Amino acid sequence: MKKVEAIIKPFKLDDVKDALTSFGITGMTVSEVKGYGRQQGHTELYRGAEYIVDFLPKVKVEVVVKAEDVDGVIKAISEAARTGKIGDGKIFVSDVEKVIRIRTGEKNEEAI
Amino acid sequence: MKIVAADNVWILTSTALVLLMSVPALAIFYGGLTKTKSILNTMMMVIVAFCITSFLWLLFGYSLAFGSDLGGVIGSLEYLFLNGINPSDPAPAAENLYHYLFIFFQMTFAAITVALMAGAFVERMKFGAWMAISALWAILVYFPVAHWIWGGGFLSDWGVLDFAGGLVVHETSGVSALVGAILLGARKENVMQPSNLPLVGIGTGLLWFGWFGFNGGSALAMNAQAVSAAFVTTVAAFVGGFVWMVLEWIKFKKPTSLGLFTGVIAGLATITPASGFVDIFGAVLIGTIAALVCFWAVVSLKQRFGYDDSLDVFGVHGVGGMTGALLLALFAKPEVADVKGLFFGGGLGQLGSQLAGILVVGLYSLLMTVLIFKVVDRFMGLRVDRDAEIEGLDEAIHGERAYLKEY
Repeated sequence: MKKVEAIIKPFKLDDVKDALTSFGITGMTVSEVKGYGRQQGHTELYRGAEYIVDFLPKVKVEVVVKAEDVDGVIKAISEAARTGKIGDGKIFVSDVEKVIRIRTGEKNEEAI
Repeated sequence: MKIVAADNVWILTSTALVLLMSVPALAIFYGGLTKTKSILNTMMMVIVAFCITSFLWLLFGYSLAFGSDLGGVIGSLEYLFLNGINPSDPAPAAENLYHYLFIFFQMTFAAITVALMAGAFVERMKFGAWMAISALWAILVYFPVAHWIWGGGFLSDWGVLDFAGGLVVHETSGVSALVGAILLGARKENVMQPSNLPLVGIGTGLLWFGWFGFNGGSALAMNAQAVSAAFVTTVAAFVGGFVWMVLEWIKFKKPTSLGLFTGVIAGLATITPASGFVDIFGAVLIGTIAALVCFWAVVSLKQRFGYDDSLDVFGVHGVGGMTGALLLALFAKPEVADVKGLFFGGGLGQLGSQLAGILVVGLYSLLMTVLIFKVVDRFMGLRVDRDAEIEGLDEAIHGERAYLKEY
């Protein structure tokens, strides 16, 4: 089992969710996060005075999937979240040791 | 002259309108411009200044401003604690109005003038220090200056005109805001980070609405001058807002909501001293000039000298008030209120009077503010400590937060 974490532009969340749903993913966790990469921050102007925003708002989408689904999930997210401009985000994939569904006690792939 | 019911209706309405300009208009206008962590403190600075000044007005402020003239400098204490005034008495300064109403109407002017200054000191001043400054400044600056120009003091003898408070309200508070901001020092996070621009928009609208009473009510009667003053005020407001937005669009490539709101306020502040003397066309010119001059003060002057007039009280109100007081000597149209501006065949005399008034009021405000800030600093200190400033004044001073998380 793998966890796929994607940091994306907030306005791309709906597209990414739809793409994952069409791929057959039935659940995900989403959080509002802040950060910067190569894009760095941006500036806002109030009455002509610059205010530098270091950390930009982003959305983090987390899904845990079977190992064989990873490539499909990455493809779905990448295509849905891409604008081609700087700041589109990143995807991180990591191993997941164990999954438990709290209500039933089911384990691992049955619980995904 | 006897009591005129229609005049009293209009001035009581105007009193409510000017009250609305402080509570809540100015409070939310400034609050929305403040960082989220100090928004409540800013709102409280406005409202507590309103409370303190209004109370002092009843005790002796009204008497010092409008009591019988003593040597052109100050009013007598004949109305100490509003002594001997009955609700049915006519006002000596305007016999068509009830004395109570005149006192009440003028009280809202005194109160908003002190509250206006707060914008320069937000996010770093001790609350107690602000309360002390409010009281001392009302006593040492507002009451005397109101007497000099409106209460029969020496500036009115010199022919200085100020219809609704370009000098008495906007210049005094604007200049003192600048001086106070320099003495207080810049914020640790010296940047404008508005917590809520829609709130600034609502505040702008309520201030504009209230300004009908501020300028229209300053006719002290329900007459043609009152209507004209309210009308030209609205013209200067929308022209000022539009021009500011365009200037910003040209210089910074984006038209901002804050620019539009700020221009509206600049137009309103600038037309204030002239509103009872100019016609609609004069108002278009004044609104345009207001945007140009105040935009320059806020965007260029402040950057060049680096003072932290946090919410631009000097740049908008101080500069606007002085500009309007000067422009009335050019654009005053005799058909409006029998004052001839330079462009309507009047001489340079009025311009001289206006310049003298601006200089005297500016210098006096400067000196008194230095004195007041030094005294308050000596006895209680002006600033909160660094940690409180970074944490935010809402939590540090008031133990409150404007917005609570759900869980």
